[in-house]
Amino acid sequence: MSYYFETRDLAVGYHGKPLIKDISIGVEPGEIITLIGPNGSGKSTILKSITKQLSAIAGTVYIGKDELNKMTYKDVAKKVAVVLTERIKPELMTCRDVVASGRYPYTGRMGILTEEDEEKVNDAMKKVNALDLSSKSFDAISDGQKQKVLLARAICQEPEIIVLDEPTSFLDIRHKVDLLNVLREMARENSTTVIMSLHEIELAYKMSDKLLCVKGDHIEHYGTVEEIFSKERIKELYDLNDETFEMYFSSINFYD
Amino acid sequence: MQTEKMTQENIIRADMHRKRIRYAFAFILIGVLFCILTILNINSGSVDISIKEIISIIFRREGDPTAYNIIWQIRMPRIIMAALLGGALSLSGFLLQTFFRNPIAGPFILGISSGAKMVVAFTMIYFLEYFGRISSLTLVFAAFIGSMASMGFILLLSRKINSMSVLLIGGIMIGYICSAVTDFVVTFADDTDIVNLHGWSLGSFSGMSWENFWISFAIVGIVFLLVFFLSKPIGAYQLGEAYAQSMGVNIKLFRVILILLSSILSACVTAFAGPISFVGIAVPQLVKRLLNTSKPLVVVPAVFFGGAVFCMFCDLVARTAFAPTELNISTVTSIFGAPIVIWIMLRRQKGGLE
Repeated sequence: MSYYFETRDLAVGYHGKPLIKDISIGVEPGEIITLIGPNGSGKSTILKSITKQLSAIAGTVYIGKDELNKMTYKDVAKKVAVVLTERIKPELMTCRDVVASGRYPYTGRMGILTEEDEEKVNDAMKKVNALDLSSKSFDAISDGQKQKVLLARAICQEPEIIVLDEPTSFLDIRHKVDLLNVLREMARENSTTVIMSLHEIELAYKMSDKLLCVKGDHIEHYGTVEEIFSKERIKELYDLNDETFEMYFSSINFYD
Repeated sequence: MQTEKMTQENIIRADMHRKRIRYAFAFILIGVLFCILTILNINSGSVDISIKEIISIIFRREGDPTAYNIIWQIRMPRIIMAALLGGALSLSGFLLQTFFRNPIAGPFILGISSGAKMVVAFTMIYFLEYFGRISSLTLVFAAFIGSMASMGFILLLSRKINSMSVLLIGGIMIGYICSAVTDFVVTFADDTDIVNLHGWSLGSFSGMSWENFWISFAIVGIVFLLVFFLSKPIGAYQLGEAYAQSMGVNIKLFRVILILLSSILSACVTAFAGPISFVGIAVPQLVKRLLNTSKPLVVVPAVFFGGAVFCMFCDLVARTAFAPTELNISTVTSIFGAPIVIWIMLRRQKGGLE
């Protein structure tokens, strides 16, 4: 059986040394896959390897029928868009300029936007509710707003797969919910595949179709949320004992 | 709700319109300054030539032979070279700033000009000693070797050390070492060579020939066009390497191209006019503020012509401020450029960036 997006025996790492081996996952269009696992377990490394930022050490990544390492960067750009943890500090760029850069793979040699491109930039900004930020300077807005703008940038790249590395870090609850809702909408309505890493496993649980548990040098589990999400597995994944687990997950009693 | 969205789109449209007007204004300003400085430059010098005579010499190619020679063989090549090399220097600075993501990177401060200067000095002395003459192309080639050597060293340093300030200090040190070696060589060179070398090693637009011009015009012209056609990836690169790659830029190739082009530009300038300080840092910053954008499609040509204007202005000051004594071009560019660099750093501090 072959999937839309697939990794076969993928090994990822730096300088030819594999950190995580034997990653074999399959994803269908419109599915939301979340990578969870402790800090430094290699979630980002996996995400970099499936977006061609890092070359795979062994194994293959397939997007549709194409092998990732045989695709040019331009080919990849038309299928995969990213939201990275890396902070960008563009000089003298408005939010709209940042979003418009998502049209890069589609514009001509000089990168001039057509009327249609401008329209798509508008739509993407509307989708994340950031149209009012258009002419604000990118370095003058808050972290939550920046993340919105970067998401809009990825949206107007019109990807089939959107890859996000810890998109909710530094965001308040409202921004987190908004961002995840946009992703869910993209998955449901446009069949965009969402692959992301999250720290908040309660959000991962609510949002995802499938979970990929990454722990240090191996993949602990991969499967649907129902298959995977159990107290024991989470405790094992994050090295929690009963006490620490309860401390975080015991239900909070809100007063009315 | 609907109307609110509409007005928002109208605001965006109005903003875009305002931006275009600003770009147009900036280019017109640079164009006007360019014309004024050309006229002032042609018109000033140790020999007084009336405007009427200048016009007749330039457009009708007739007039007093001495005046004719002064205009066509001395002033014109000098003005054009100041413009061309000034543009090249600013563009080189802009590329280096893009590459290092540092607003005060430039060919002079990173020691690239000094590296070029050192190799050119050696080559000049060697060629004059054994062949009695040296061609412009050889000079450019020597300068290119020198600037690539400095650049290579800077790149090695930037691999090892991930701090911009340390990188700049490294560059400044390379600059000092290369200048020291050059001074040493110049001190022990033959008398006749020194006369040529000394003025050149401090930076000057004097003594430019039409041969110099055609060679640098070809080199700078080609590089300028290449950079202009690279506007798109340069724009993507401003969002960081990872994002640029995710948009389809082949980063490894692009980096090599940036380094090569900026080195060729600063090599060409150093070969003909010696090392010139601060132009590469000050001009791109001023131009970006003037345009209020960093979009390469408008910034690249504006930086080039802005650099031309800045160097023509500095050369005018160098020639006329203490006439008949002529100042080094770097003396003048430093006086005007250094305060701008300080201003840039203060602004960055205020913006809370890095």
